[in-house]
This record gives sequence, structure tokens and C-alpha cells, in this order.
Amino acid sequence: MDKTRRTILKLAGASALGLGAGSLGLLGKGIASAAPALPTAANYDSPLHAKRWAMVIDTKKFDDALLKKCIDVCHTIHNVPDIPTKQNIKWLFTGDYEETFPTEQNNFLAEGVEHRKFLMLCNHCTEPPCVRVCPTKATFKREDGIVMMDYHRCIGCRYCMAGCPYGARSFNFMDPRPYIKEQNPLFPTRTRGVVEKCTFCVERLAQGLMPACVEAAGGAIYFGDLEDPGSEVRKALRDNFAIRRKPDAGTQPGVYYII
Amino acid sequence: MYHAKYIIPALIVFLAVVTFPFWAKGKAGYRVDLKLPANQTECIESTEFMRTSHMQLLDQWRDKVVRDGERVYTNAKGVKYSMSLTNTCLSCHSEKDKFCDKCHNSVGVNPYCFNCHRTTPKEGK
Repeated sequence: MDKTRRTILKLAGASALGLGAGSLGLLGKGIASAAPALPTAANYDSPLHAKRWAMVIDTKKFDDALLKKCIDVCHTIHNVPDIPTKQNIKWLFTGDYEETFPTEQNNFLAEGVEHRKFLMLCNHCTEPPCVRVCPTKATFKREDGIVMMDYHRCIGCRYCMAGCPYGARSFNFMDPRPYIKEQNPLFPTRTRGVVEKCTFCVERLAQGLMPACVEAAGGAIYFGDLEDPGSEVRKALRDNFAIRRKPDAGTQPGVYYII
Repeated sequence: MYHAKYIIPALIVFLAVVTFPFWAKGKAGYRVDLKLPANQTECIESTEFMRTSHMQLLDQWRDKVVRDGERVYTNAKGVKYSMSLTNTCLSCHSEKDKFCDKCHNSVGVNPYCFNCHRTTPKEGK
């Protein structure tokens, strides 16, 4: 008994150290710069739960350095390769207003908004078209609203990529491993012939941690339960005017943008 | 029977050749030399169970983790483990070519787990 308590305390100390080192790191260097600890059963003792996970991105707080920091952290810990062609893989990416909100066009945009970059990712829709079109049920919606991929079932037909109105999915045209600079040994890579995308960091939520980009953004991204009126996302949506990408697609995206 | 003196010996030779693998197997039996993890003495379940059923166990783990979001496995002794091929199995059995591959190659199976789940660092490069 005493021994297990000691090991748990040791682990807690080690992970606290790791987190501290990550947040002290310079811009551009991610959490992954600290050697990650091997998750054991004890790490899954207090997972985060929600009825419907959602994200609110405060686009006013983002500059190029912060965008890069979020993307780097995400892509490093999830072993997302960097392929220098059109066949690149992206979980988290950026675009300008016109690319991000093509249905919300107006003449003479405000200067700040016109030149702003917006973070884009899988919207984890309430009515995900990718799930409807997947012939093998490799992509599915969890009860907490997260749209997940089961790479074991994916046959690489790319119907989901055609179905997704947000371009959030990428196909592995080739073995991604040679294009991963530093492989995170604690997270699997993908293989040739499967489609991949952002997972809202389910593996971190299960350990009671916030998604990596939320942590890296330092308060510029809110994350929480959309069904809980007291949650951070609901508070952010109460206090600010926010829009979603392509609302006319009827997919009810779970990512909101404060403009 | 025509040419019985040729046909019958030939049949006997033929049968002997065809059944050769069944009666000629060595007394020592089949052996594979595995490099066991240095820092652990027992696996999550008994050796016999792991030897025969690790593939079914991994299948169940996969479905539980990916589909149901359950991530903790309780073994027959009540000890809890994280259900993860990448983190739990391969952190002890870190040298795939000296453990996993030994049997897989001998029995001629080629599981594609390792296309995604980590392999030894030198193989990753």
C-alpha cells in the first residue's frame, strides 16, 4: 500500500515538474520539449467529462507566434508529419478570414479582421457529415460530442474528406514516419492509407488534462462543456459575440470564434 | 495391376515424403529464444495466457479504448494497467526484433500493429 502511494506521489511530482518545464519554455518550444512521462493506470483516475465538448477561440488574442506555438505543440505530441507537398497532413492549421468564413463575407472588412489569421481544426460537429458518409464506421461520434477516428477500421476511401465542409481531414498518401522530425514514443503514428484529423486530445482528456493547444494558447482558447451553463466556454459565449464556420452547412460545429 | 513392382514402391516413397513433417519432427520440440524485459519479472497476465491470447486481448483493448473510451485494464490479480500497446506493452518489450518478431516471423504472421504503434527507435528511423 505504502509502496503504491509512494510511486503515485513520485509520478505526480514528475508530471508537475514536466508541466512546469513546459510552461517555462520559450515561445515556439512546446510541452513536448520536457521528456514526457509514461502514462500508467493512475493517470486515468480523474478524467474530464462533459456532455458536449466545445471550444471557443478568441481570435483577437492570437498573433503569428502564438499560432505557431499551438500548431507545433499539437503536431509534435501527435506525431503529425510535415510533408512538403500538397499531400501534407494537418490537424491544426490557419487561414485568413475569407478562407475561414467563406459564407460570412462582407464588403470592406475591418482592418484588424482582414489581416488576422484564424486557427482551424476539426469542428467536432453535432451532425458530422463525415460520420454519415463513412462506409465502415471508422469515424464515429462519441457521447461527449467528440468525432473520433478508428484508424484500425479506416479503409482510406476518403468519403469523409469529401463530406467534411471544413477541410479538417488529411489522407496519408505515404508512410508518414520519415516525415516526423521527432517521434513522440508515447503516441502512435499513422500508417499509409488512413485519414486523420484532430481528436480534441481525447487521450489527454482521459488523463484529466486540457487539450494541448488550449494549454499552449495560455487563455486564448476556452474549452469546456457546452451543456453546462457555468462552463468556461458558455461564459466566453455569454460575454462575447462569436461565430462558427459555415453555419449554413447545418452541421452545428463545436468550435466557436470570437471575432 | 500392371507395373505393380514400380507403382507400389513409388507410392510408399511418395507417402513417406508427404508425411515426413509429421513423423520426423525433432524430440526437442519447437523453441524460440526471446529477450525478456530486464526490469520486469511478470507480464500483465500469466505467460501461458499471453502466449496464446495476446492478440485477442489487444483486440479487446483496441475496441475498449477507441470505441468506449475505457482506458484501464484490471488483470486476474486485480492490478490495474493502462490499456495501451504503445505505452504499456512496448515500454517493457522495447526491442521488437528480439521479442515480438521472434515468434511472428517463425510462425509466418505479419501483424500490422507496428505500422503505427511504436517500434524500436532504430527501426523508426
